Amino acid sequence: MLAFLGMDSLDQLFAHIPASVRLAQGLDLESGMSEPDVAAVFAEYSAANRGQLSRLTCFAGAGAYDHEVPAVVKMLSSRSEFVTAYTPYQPEVAQGVLQAIFEFQTMVSRISGLPIANASLYDGATALVEALNMAAGATHRQKVVISSGVHPHWRAVAATFARGTGHEVVVVPFKDGVNDWDRVDTTGAAAIVVAYPNYLGVLEDLSAARALATSRDALFVVCGDPLAAGVLKTAGDWGADVFVGEGQPLGTALSFGGPFLGLFACTIEQIRRLPGRIVGETVDSNDRRAFVTTLRAREQDIRREKATSNVCTNQTLMAVTAAIQLGWLGTQGYAEIATRCAQGAHYLHDRLLAIEGVTAVSSQPFLREFALRLPRRADDVLDDLVGAGILGGLSVESLAGAHDPSLEGDTADVVLIAVTERRTRVELDHYADVLSKVLS
Amino acid sequence: MSSPGGRAASAPLLGHEIEPTVFELSVPGRSAFQLRTTGVPATPLRDLILARHLAAAPVALAEVSERDLVGHYTRLTHRQFSVDLGAYPLGSCTMKYNPKFCDAVAADPGLNSVHPGAPASLSQGWLELLVTLESKLCAITGMAAATLQPAAGAAGELTGLLLMRAYHEANGDVRRRVLIPDSAHGTNPASVTLGGYEVTTIPSNDRGLVDLAALKAALGPDVAGIMLTNPNTLGLFEEEIVEIAAAVHEVGGLLYYDGANLNAILGVIRPGDMGFDIVHMNLHKTFATPHGGGGPGAGPVAVSPRLVDFLPGPRATRATQGDYVWSTPARSIGRVHGWHGNAMVLARALAYIDVHGGEGLTRVAQHAVLNANWLRERLRATLPAAYDRVCMHECVLTATGIKDEFGVRGLDVAKGLLEEGFHSPTVYFPLIVDEALMFEPTETESLQTLESLAASLERLAERARRDPDGLHRAPQTTPVSRVDEARAARHLIATEDAAQR
Repeated sequence: MLAFLGMDSLDQLFAHIPASVRLAQGLDLESGMSEPDVAAVFAEYSAANRGQLSRLTCFAGAGAYDHEVPAVVKMLSSRSEFVTAYTPYQPEVAQGVLQAIFEFQTMVSRISGLPIANASLYDGATALVEALNMAAGATHRQKVVISSGVHPHWRAVAATFARGTGHEVVVVPFKDGVNDWDRVDTTGAAAIVVAYPNYLGVLEDLSAARALATSRDALFVVCGDPLAAGVLKTAGDWGADVFVGEGQPLGTALSFGGPFLGLFACTIEQIRRLPGRIVGETVDSNDRRAFVTTLRAREQDIRREKATSNVCTNQTLMAVTAAIQLGWLGTQGYAEIATRCAQGAHYLHDRLLAIEGVTAVSSQPFLREFALRLPRRADDVLDDLVGAGILGGLSVESLAGAHDPSLEGDTADVVLIAVTERRTRVELDHYADVLSKVLS
Repeated sequence: MSSPGGRAASAPLLGHEIEPTVFELSVPGRSAFQLRTTGVPATPLRDLILARHLAAAPVALAEVSERDLVGHYTRLTHRQFSVDLGAYPLGSCTMKYNPKFCDAVAADPGLNSVHPGAPASLSQGWLELLVTLESKLCAITGMAAATLQPAAGAAGELTGLLLMRAYHEANGDVRRRVLIPDSAHGTNPASVTLGGYEVTTIPSNDRGLVDLAALKAALGPDVAGIMLTNPNTLGLFEEEIVEIAAAVHEVGGLLYYDGANLNAILGVIRPGDMGFDIVHMNLHKTFATPHGGGGPGAGPVAVSPRLVDFLPGPRATRATQGDYVWSTPARSIGRVHGWHGNAMVLARALAYIDVHGGEGLTRVAQHAVLNANWLRERLRATLPAAYDRVCMHECVLTATGIKDEFGVRGLDVAKGLLEEGFHSPTVYFPLIVDEALMFEPTETESLQTLESLAASLERLAERARRDPDGLHRAPQTTPVSRVDEARAARHLIATEDAAQR
């Protein structure tokens, strides 16, 4: 090949690169290893993860849950046609991914109760940022009012990106486990943002928040759990203009936090400001049904400096996985999973509340996750539970720091506990028995 | 040895039947799901949750059996081109082969079943992996430290711009503008805007490189920095990079390296040595993590020493006692991801780096550049290069010749290539080249594959002369023929429910 180019060394290909800044000695990295040798190194990383689920029963949640992912979903979503394709820029050879995304958009639209959904965003937190950008664009205002029931990490990510966009982020404190809207100035708000359920698991009647958004002429943004609509009202039922969510519960493993799946749905009025990709149905030149990415003019790589969004590559493989998982669940399974989560969570909640010194943080209803106040520091108690094979939840301190407007008083003794449909009664009873011993 | 028919190295798709949507396959009452037997009391929901929260009716999803589900998605895969099927010379996207070993690593439950909120004591293996990857990415780019949080390239870009802003603000320095060459990826100006800066576009000179005089004229104390892709989107190395860096630093600006084209320079030259302060990498390009049909990616950002204090947190670091901990830099810009970034993508990239090692990564760049130059030279008479000299990992060719002569456009050539069983190159980008066809063969395609690709393009050029109308109608042998994009936009149908209305 070099001879064809009239060259006699590979170095000649790089001769035009200034010698003063070229690497003289190559990279300062170890030599390459065979795959089995690298596998041995990775086996050590793997072994050092004491928190892997083969060793602990998982009650941790906060947006990342241990749900059933069947073999059929794993196998279909790991087919190399889905895994090793690029973004579907040539629709004539990308109908597989395009149709799967179209079906995904339909499912997200239905579970959010809103008419339009995009092809996915990075994760729930960055989906929220996109919702704030949409609201600022729609209202030409900079203030965004965010409930402290929104996941602390999501609020942190929103604050980071506000450094660039100039959004003024106002966080609404809680009183008795619900938003205390009167404590903040909501005039001039571009968005009123709530979570349903909130990150502490609580279901708050959203009528007041919806009315507030209407009175401020702001977009009403609901951060939702994609499994909740199996039994609960959808964001659309509550009057949301925008739904954002973390799609991990739809077929993606815990994955140490990524890649996850940002869900985004909205009203038709906001379609021109919808971030990321949208797949639409059309026909080919022979008048046969076909799918294609559409309204491309909205997308940031096309809009360039006029862009209001920060996504180009998204999370298509997780979106396809979610579509397959929802296909596996079907109407009945989708409702069944949410129901079982609620049953397990309430069973454990009642058993743990019976333990002396354990109190509820809120008296409001919940679905699969709830917060309890323990008689001592939650992280210490959780440490003790690990010895009994239990990942007992997450401390609010580890998520939100020592103080957070979502809680009156310290966060340190509050634990957040999630129960999925995978937890058996034996496991729930074991948790209650061990916690009772640990606290006595 | 060239392959008969030019197709042996790649293949046309076979899935020509329209596949019903999963909703069209739905039959009421059918299902595939099976759940654990838990023994948890089946208390009625109405006794657990206030009625005002409960849905009036269940959300309707598709109702299919497992067999139907497998049939449906398997048939869809027959309508989808992928790297595993054949060459994917999509310029700027680095669609190289993804080693299966890296996927196997990511399938280990010891990695993928760890909860991201678990305390560091339970995820020491993960933290060590992240620390190791960070240090290797820094060795590759010549930088001091990195954040692994950004989920993809655009997220990395914006993170880099926020770091630039935080740095200047900490110096009490109000700056307004960021310079970008006219050959830049569209994501660059978008990131600048979201970072709160204004874009000043720098023209290219007649060699396809940044016009140094124009750059110097645009510089001033209000310039926060410059975003550069090097090699640039023409596949050409910015030979005056040392002068560019000196000029930008002179006015107190920072240099941002867009790592989209990092594959070209691995082990040859490092962004840090060129004078860059901020570098984002697309692990789904350079480090071969599969692209997933449009994600997940991963876009770590590495920085020079003066920016380390501003990096997003928490970051995995090694404590003096030897264990790994999370820590947040003193003047951190904060989180840019809900958890720790696309961890499973990060693990794949580390496995790729470990298998290749320093020399192996250098060979990656050498062979990527060799393949692009071979293709450019081989097609000289068919589709000439926009800039006729040695290129890096990709070559931008132009179809103006056959357009002027036969009325066949670059898009027609791209669509014709689909009939040949290859994926199209990137078309009409960069914007500064007429009828641009941007080919990035990558280092993983063999000479035989490149021969086949070149033979296909020659056949298409001949067809342009003989049957231009046929090429306007191409592709016809693909799962669907040319798609009516205008209709999709004019009459938006983005869900099954909209289709029913």
